[in-house]
Amino acid sequence: MSARSSARTRNPRTVELAMLVFSLVVSMGAYAAVGLAHDGRLPEGMFGYGVGLAVLFGAAHVTLRRFAPDADPLLLPTVTTLNGLGLAMIHRLDLAYADKAHQLGHPVPSAAAPAQLTWTAVGVGLFVAVLLLVRDHRVLQRFTYTAMLLGLGLLLLPLLPVVGGTINGAKIWVRVAGFSFQPGELAKIVLLVFFAGYLVAKRDVLALASRRVAGIDLPRARDLGPVIVAWAASLAVLVFERDLGTSLLFFGVFIALLYVATERLSWLLIGVLLFAFGSYLAYSLFGHVQERVDIWLHAFAPSNIDSDSYQLVQGLFGMGSGGLLGKGLGLGRPDIVPYAQTDFIVAAFGEELGLTGLMAILLLYAIVVQRGMRTAIAVRDSFGKLLAAGLAFSVALQVFVVVGGVTRLIPLTGLTMPFLSYGGSSLVANWMLIALLARISDAARRPAPPPAPSLEDAKTQVVRL
Amino acid sequence: MNTPLRRLSVAIVLLFGLLLLNANYLQVVRAKALHNDSHNPRLIAEEYSRERGPILVGPKPVARSVATDDRLKYLRQYADGPLYAPATGFYSLVYGASGMEQEANSILAGTDDSLFVRRIVDLLTGAQPKGGSVALTLDAAAQKAAYDDLRGRRGAVVALDPSTGAILAMVSSPSYDPNLISGHDPAKVRANYDRLSNKASRPMLDRALRQTYPPGSTFKLVTAAAALESGRYTPDSHVDNAPLLDLPQTSADLPNENGGPCTSGTATLTVALENSCNVAFGKLGLELGDDALRAQAQKFGFDRAFEVPIRSVASHFPEDPNLPQTAQSAIGQFDVRATPLQMAMVVAAIANRGVLMAPYLQQEVRGPDLSIIETTKPRTLGTAVSPQTAAELTAMMVKVVEEGTGTNGQIPGVSVAGKTGTAQTGGGRSPHAWFVSFAPANDPKVAVAVIVENGGGVAEVTGNQVAGPIANDVMRAVLHK
Repeated sequence: MSARSSARTRNPRTVELAMLVFSLVVSMGAYAAVGLAHDGRLPEGMFGYGVGLAVLFGAAHVTLRRFAPDADPLLLPTVTTLNGLGLAMIHRLDLAYADKAHQLGHPVPSAAAPAQLTWTAVGVGLFVAVLLLVRDHRVLQRFTYTAMLLGLGLLLLPLLPVVGGTINGAKIWVRVAGFSFQPGELAKIVLLVFFAGYLVAKRDVLALASRRVAGIDLPRARDLGPVIVAWAASLAVLVFERDLGTSLLFFGVFIALLYVATERLSWLLIGVLLFAFGSYLAYSLFGHVQERVDIWLHAFAPSNIDSDSYQLVQGLFGMGSGGLLGKGLGLGRPDIVPYAQTDFIVAAFGEELGLTGLMAILLLYAIVVQRGMRTAIAVRDSFGKLLAAGLAFSVALQVFVVVGGVTRLIPLTGLTMPFLSYGGSSLVANWMLIALLARISDAARRPAPPPAPSLEDAKTQVVRL
Repeated sequence: MNTPLRRLSVAIVLLFGLLLLNANYLQVVRAKALHNDSHNPRLIAEEYSRERGPILVGPKPVARSVATDDRLKYLRQYADGPLYAPATGFYSLVYGASGMEQEANSILAGTDDSLFVRRIVDLLTGAQPKGGSVALTLDAAAQKAAYDDLRGRRGAVVALDPSTGAILAMVSSPSYDPNLISGHDPAKVRANYDRLSNKASRPMLDRALRQTYPPGSTFKLVTAAAALESGRYTPDSHVDNAPLLDLPQTSADLPNENGGPCTSGTATLTVALENSCNVAFGKLGLELGDDALRAQAQKFGFDRAFEVPIRSVASHFPEDPNLPQTAQSAIGQFDVRATPLQMAMVVAAIANRGVLMAPYLQQEVRGPDLSIIETTKPRTLGTAVSPQTAAELTAMMVKVVEEGTGTNGQIPGVSVAGKTGTAQTGGGRSPHAWFVSFAPANDPKVAVAVIVENGGGVAEVTGNQVAGPIANDVMRAVLHK
C-alpha cells in the first residue's frame, strides 16, 4: 500500500502528456498508412483529424490534471492508442467495403469510422463527466443496491418487446429513436459497482467456514445463495439473450471478486464446478452453444468451412497470411472476414500488423489491466480494491474471451474488443470504466497523509447495522 | 485482500501468456499452412493481381492473361480454347486450375524457386512481379489436323516424337472451351461447369491421357514383340492358319474376322500381322503365356501412370487370366485396357529402335523476360525390345500399310509403318476404331495413335477406314507432306 513513499518523483501528468503525444503519433501514423496504401498519398482530412484527436485526448488529460492529479499516468495514453488504432482499422475497412460496393454496383454502405469518432468524443465526454461527478470512488458504495437494480434492468432491457432487438441471433440490443444501444456494456460497469459494494458488506459472512475438507475450508451451505443467484443470472443471459460472452464475463468476474473478498479458495472451486456444470447444461440443452463448440472443434471440416466456421477460418487465414510482420496496414484483405470491424477486428490487426502488431496490442491491454491490478493492491479501502480489481479483471477476461475466440484457443463467444471494435455502447462504456480506474488510482497514489484509518471499518459497521 | 489480488494478477498473466503463445503458434508455426490453404481467397486475389505468364505453342500464346478493370486485375484467356484444352486445362476462381495451368502453376504465377533472382529484382525495383512462361512441345499443325478430323466424333489422338518422347499432338474430342470456366463471374462459371460436366459426351474428360480403351488388334504389336523377343519366333515363323481357334477349357471358339483362314498362302508371323489374324495371335498368346505377354506390355509402359507433367491413367494388362482369357488378351480384348498415349508409346518405342522415351508436354520454361530458364531433357524409360526386334516389327508394320489392313496410312514418297485395330466394346455398340503408326519408317519423326470411339458412328468399320485417314493427316502435318 505504499503509493509513493519515495519523495516526489516526476509529475505523473507530465509523463502522461509525453505518452499522449506518442499515442497521437501512432494513431496519426496508422491513419496515414491507410491512406498511403489505398490512394498512394496522405489522406486529405489528416490535419483536421489530427487536431480533433489532439483536442479529445487533451481534454481527457486536462481533466485528469485538474481533478485527479495523482491518477496513474499510463491508463489514458494506453487507451487512446488503442482507440486511435481502432479508428484507423475501421476507416481502412470502410474504404475496402466502399471499393467492393463500387465494383459490384451496389450502394456504398455508410462509413463506420466517422460514427466511431463521434462515439469517441462522447466517450471522452463521459470520461470527463465521471471524473467530475465521482470525486471519491467510495461514494459509489452507497449505491450498491441501486446499482444492482440498475444493472439488472439494463441487462433485461433487450428482452422488452418494443425496444429490444435481435442482431445476429443475440438479443442484446435496445433501439430507441433510431439509435441502437447494447446496454450489456454499461451493465457490466454498474454491476461491478454492485459486486464490489455487496462483497465488501458480506465478505465476513461469506468467509465463514463450516467444514474443512481436503485442506479447503468449505463455506456454509446457506451462504451459497449469492453464488447460485449470480450463476442463474448468467445462465439466464445465455438462455434468453443468447449472449455467451456476457454470460461468461459476469460469472467469471463475480467468482474472481468473491475469491478476492473472502480469500477463500473454496469459492473459486465452487465457481469452477458451477461453471463446468453450467457449461455442460448449456451444451446439452442449447443448439447455439453446441454449434459454437462444433465450429471450434471442427473449424476446418469441409461441412463447416464454407458455412458455419467461415468467419473463424477466414480470420485464421488472415492471421496466417499476416505472419510475423503482417501485410502492412491497408495492404491485406481483412474485409474478407465477416464483422471485421467489430468482433473480428483482432484478426484484421493480426493480418495487417502481423504477430508483432498483435502482440503489441495485447501488451497494451496487459498494461491497462496491470495498472488496474496495481491500483487495487495500492488503494486503501476494500471497496476500492474490489472495484478496481473487478474493472481490471473484466477487461482481462473480455480480451481473453475475444482474442481466444478469434485465434481458436476457446470457442467463439461474440464480445467486442474494448476500445478497438466499432460500436458506440462498448466504446462509451469502456471510457467510463477507465475514468473509474483513474479515479481509484488517484486515491491510491495520493501521497497525502491517510484519512482516519478507522474510516474503512466504521463504514463497514454502518452498513452492517 | 492483497494476497488474492496478487494471485489474481498471476492468473491474468497466465491468460495473456496463453493468448501470446497461441498467437505465435498461429502466425509463425501455422502461418504458411494457413496462408497456402486452398480455401484462403487471399491466395487467389494475390495470384490474380499478378500478370500470369502465358502458355505457348511455338511462338503463339494459347493461354494468356489480359488486364481487366474489374476486381481481379487479370483475366485468363485461351485462344483456340477447345483445341488446346486437354493441354492447357483451365484456371478458375471457383474450381482451381487443371492441366498445365495446375502443373506449371508456380512458374506461371511467378512463385517458383527458379524465378527467385527475378523476384528479388522485382522487389528492389518495385515492379509488379510477373509470371514465367511455359512452352509446350505441341506441333500446332498436327494438333489442328487431329482436332479437325475428330470434329463431331468421340475419340483422341496422341502423336509423339519417337526419339525424344515429346508430345506433338494431344487431342480429345469432343472438347470444351476453358474460357467458360476461367471467367470472373462465379455464378456463370458454376453454370458453365455444371452444364459441361452433365453432358453425356463428357467434353472435359481428357481421352488422350485419362481414358482407357480395349486396344484391340493394335495390341498384336505387343504380342508379336513378345514372340520375337522370346527367340522362338522370327517374322517368317509359321503360325496357325486355321479359321477358328478352339479355346481350351470352354466350348467357345476364337474366329478370324473374315471367318476363314488367315491367308490363302503360307501363314507367317508377318502375314498374320498384315492381315490381323486373331487365330494366329490367340494361339501365339497361348504358347507364350500370360506372364510373357504382361512382361512385354509392361516394358512398353503398361500398368504405370505417366506425368507429362499432366498425369495419365495407367494402362492395364490382366493380372491372372485363364487360358481362354489369355488368348483374348493376346489380341487386345478381354480386360486389356490402354490409353491413346500408351498405344502411341508402343509404336514410338518400336520406331526408336526399341528404346522407350518418357512422354513430355513441357518443352521449356522461360522467365518473364523470355530468357530460357529450363529446357526439358528427353529421358529414357527403358528398353522395350531389342533393336533387332524393333527392326523386324518395323518391317512387318510397313507391310501392314503397304499391302495389309492399314493401307489408309500410306503417304506418297514416305514409308509408313502402322497397325489397325477394331476393338469390340460389347453391349451391341459398334467397335472402337484404332490406328497406330509411325513415319518415315527408316527415320521416324512421328509416332501416332488414333482412336475413334464406336467407329465414329459407322456400323461395321475397321481402324483403317475411320482412324487411318486421321493418323495419315497428323503424320503429314508433322512431316510437312
